[in-house]
Amino acid sequence: MAENKKKVTLIIERQDGPKEKPYKQTFEVDYRPGLNIVAALMEIQKNPVTKDGKRVAPVVWECNCLEKVCGACMMVINGRARQACASLVDNLEQPITLAPARTFPVIRDLLIDRSVMFESLKRIQGWINVEGSWDMPDAPRQNPYTAQTAYEISHCMTCGCCLEACPNVGPQSDFIGAGPTVQAYLFNINPIGKYDEPKRLEALMGKGGITSCGNSQNCVEVCPKNIKLTTYLAQLNRDVNKHALANIFNK
Amino acid sequence: MADKKKIIIVGGGLSGLMAALKVCELGGEVDLFSYCPVKRSHSLCAQGGINACMDLKGEHDSIYEHFDDTVYGGDFLADQEAVKGMVEAAPKLIKMFDRMGVPFTRTPEGTLDLRNFGGQKNKRTCFAGSTTGQQLLYALDEQVRRWEVKGGVKKYEYWEFIRIIKNKDGICRGIVAQNMNSMEIVPFRADAVILATGGPGQVYARCTASTICNGSAVSAVYQQGAEIGNPEFIQIHPTAIPGSDKNRLMSEACRGEGGRVWVWRDNPETGEKERWYFLEDMYPAYGNLVPRDVASRAIYKVCVHMNLGMHNPNRVYLDLSHIPADYLERKLGGILEMYGDFMGKDPRKVPMEIFPSIHYSMGGIWVDLKHHTNIPGLLASGECDYQYHGANRLGANSLLSAAYSGTISGPEAMRVAKSGELGDPLTDRELEDAKQEAVDEFEKILKMDGPENAHQLHHEMGDIMYQYVSIERDNIGLAKCMEELKKILKRWDNIGLTDHGHWANQEAMFVRQLRNMILYAMVITKCALQRDESRGAHAKIVLDENNQRVTDEKGDLVFMPRDDKRFMKTSIATYDPETEEPVVTYREFNHSYIKPRLRNYAVAKKE
Ligand SMILES: Cc1cc2nc3c(=O)[nH]c(=O)nc-3n(C[C@H](O)[C@H](O)[C@H](O)COP(=O)(O)OP(=O)(O)OC[C@H]3O[C@@H](n4cnc5c(N)ncnc54)[C@H](O)[C@@H]3O)c2cc1C
Repeated sequence: MAENKKKVTLIIERQDGPKEKPYKQTFEVDYRPGLNIVAALMEIQKNPVTKDGKRVAPVVWECNCLEKVCGACMMVINGRARQACASLVDNLEQPITLAPARTFPVIRDLLIDRSVMFESLKRIQGWINVEGSWDMPDAPRQNPYTAQTAYEISHCMTCGCCLEACPNVGPQSDFIGAGPTVQAYLFNINPIGKYDEPKRLEALMGKGGITSCGNSQNCVEVCPKNIKLTTYLAQLNRDVNKHALANIFNK
Repeated sequence: MADKKKIIIVGGGLSGLMAALKVCELGGEVDLFSYCPVKRSHSLCAQGGINACMDLKGEHDSIYEHFDDTVYGGDFLADQEAVKGMVEAAPKLIKMFDRMGVPFTRTPEGTLDLRNFGGQKNKRTCFAGSTTGQQLLYALDEQVRRWEVKGGVKKYEYWEFIRIIKNKDGICRGIVAQNMNSMEIVPFRADAVILATGGPGQVYARCTASTICNGSAVSAVYQQGAEIGNPEFIQIHPTAIPGSDKNRLMSEACRGEGGRVWVWRDNPETGEKERWYFLEDMYPAYGNLVPRDVASRAIYKVCVHMNLGMHNPNRVYLDLSHIPADYLERKLGGILEMYGDFMGKDPRKVPMEIFPSIHYSMGGIWVDLKHHTNIPGLLASGECDYQYHGANRLGANSLLSAAYSGTISGPEAMRVAKSGELGDPLTDRELEDAKQEAVDEFEKILKMDGPENAHQLHHEMGDIMYQYVSIERDNIGLAKCMEELKKILKRWDNIGLTDHGHWANQEAMFVRQLRNMILYAMVITKCALQRDESRGAHAKIVLDENNQRVTDEKGDLVFMPRDDKRFMKTSIATYDPETEEPVVTYREFNHSYIKPRLRNYAVAKKE
């Protein structure tokens, strides 16, 4: 019986530390319906033995929610950046290859350092300038259609798929990436947030800002949240241009 | 310049971030610790919504009604003074979130839309589609990032809290934490410490919570003398998609928006095969919107005792397929997509298949009304504390309690920090000793080379806890569970690591967490064993003299009744280092506003 149990083969690109050389190891886990990549990695944790019977250190990766909302478990699976938890083995060709998203510095195995994206959120001033968290008599009413657009963009979980897929993010260019850029649009369309729109547009005019976007459209292809990134990038691009023109005339 | 007060906040979920904002606004400095970037904290899993009496639907909803629903829903075990404060603040908190840019779902008029939730007759739940927690968390994350830029907050992300440090007077004045990449163990000084580390779902291994909700921090401070309140009250959510890695929640909002729960059965009179909407049948007044403990027990009964579930494994249907697709998309889009992602079926067309799962802990660190623990200088807020929900939490009340408690713990930490009540700061010696202890413990773990695998052991513990301390409990099972947990604790000593290194060693950290989880499992189990009644999520079956489960003339299990005389009290668990088990005592609480009455969801609630 045990022999004809279906197996899933995973070839994992590992790396012991930021400066170490990557190497590959192959693992096999028992197939079961609905198995996803995080669940498969958890099986390896319980018995960290390679296909050729070598006992090794368990694979290191990051995950939290396992529901595709936290963004933690992004990695490159069969060549494409995606969330490991929502990647069902049934939908993947075997052997399955797992690799870290190398647009970001690798810490260990599939664990990467994405702090650069959170720094970009500071740069674009990704927040509403509320006076404070104390009580105020009221909050502004909002156009329900605009609010729906905001809701869509606000799903961005800073996972980094769009940066990993973008040809303009990397050592050759300093583009901050579609995800963090588009967050500026989210705050610009908010009734309070729009007061600071000029500041956010200025922030996108500098080095690595929106002019570094090469319009390859890869981002929108890989976004696990189906955010219409290119639509909002285009909109922001127009807003930035308008703002730049206004700057010239106001000089 | 007046000296700045330093507050350490452990946890960057809704509660920790709310507290951080308050501390900054009061001029304090925050060191914020979290397993993950705070933007990835578990609060973002919350789907359905957050309760506040906004009364925007012409229903004459009132704050009193929210108060009464919460106390009644909690089976009269919640501190009523605390609940009163929370429900009164709720509408103001919603306005704050709205100003901060949370994209709440709106009516065509541009005001906030509200939906129904379990255990409440009025529409009182504010929501942002089906990702309310994500949206609320992001709003606070953004505000805290603003303070990071301004200089009030220093983040320590990818740091694990290990333990608190007390000064010579037993006052908490710092913590020891470990960098999860470099493995460096560092002691930190503070004027006061707030724990906001969330729930302990991972004690059951498979639950609706994130993998980082392990309760390890709570267990650590429990072992250092913090009292735990009402830990036996663990909420089981009726509608989750069972999975080997995680049980994924299908929000109560599904039922709030009209979802119906059913199974096939033969009609008892005609014998014809029919859909049995058993919740509507059993509880005509609330139907599918009975509170979670009630719904979970009903599903369990239908599957396990009546054999009507879809067999192997047991499932019942949660059906939305009668609701127009565009309405569903707008109100529940996110989670329907999730069902499709993980199950490969479209819930707009076919009923979903679900079963109850461990979900939330009503109990946690005991705190007073101002969120002080029994250890001076240590505060706790959010799901890790025991306040507000009594024996059962109403859906959409915990995002509220998490945020609200942060608005109390933050300012209160600042108040005590300034008051001079907190004695001397930690000496270098005290810091060094605390660090050394943690280093020694970690080095010992790194050297473990027994035959047991920590993850396997964790899995087994989860199975044991599900078997004995979930929907239906009895004293034989609970006693057995204590014995099994003691064996697991022994087996922990025989764990072997395959990774003995000092770089991003997740295995070693997990081994340390696991021990804390085992000790916390004992806290839950022992308190359940000692509480001889049924109340809210704690349902205990009567045993006969031969220790067999007693059934009535219809063959239904007989549960112990609620016993207000003996048990309308908070269970308090304190750690006994000798036995490594909790000592359980009972404490009075404030229930002066609403007199206890029997909880019965078959009929409309009477006040
Ligand atoms: C699937 C799901 C759906 C839910 N839906 C709803 C809903 O619709 N409405 C509702 O009201 N409630 C809901 N809840 C409950 C609600 O989400 C939680 O109770 C609430 O978000 C808890 O917030 P918190 O701030 O206390 O903790 P969390 O958000 O869990 O944050 C805990 C923080 O502590 C950190 N931490 C923990 N331990 C350590 C440690 N040892 N060292 C360092 N950092 C540590 C973590 O990194 C994290 O930042 C839901 C829960 C689940 C599981």
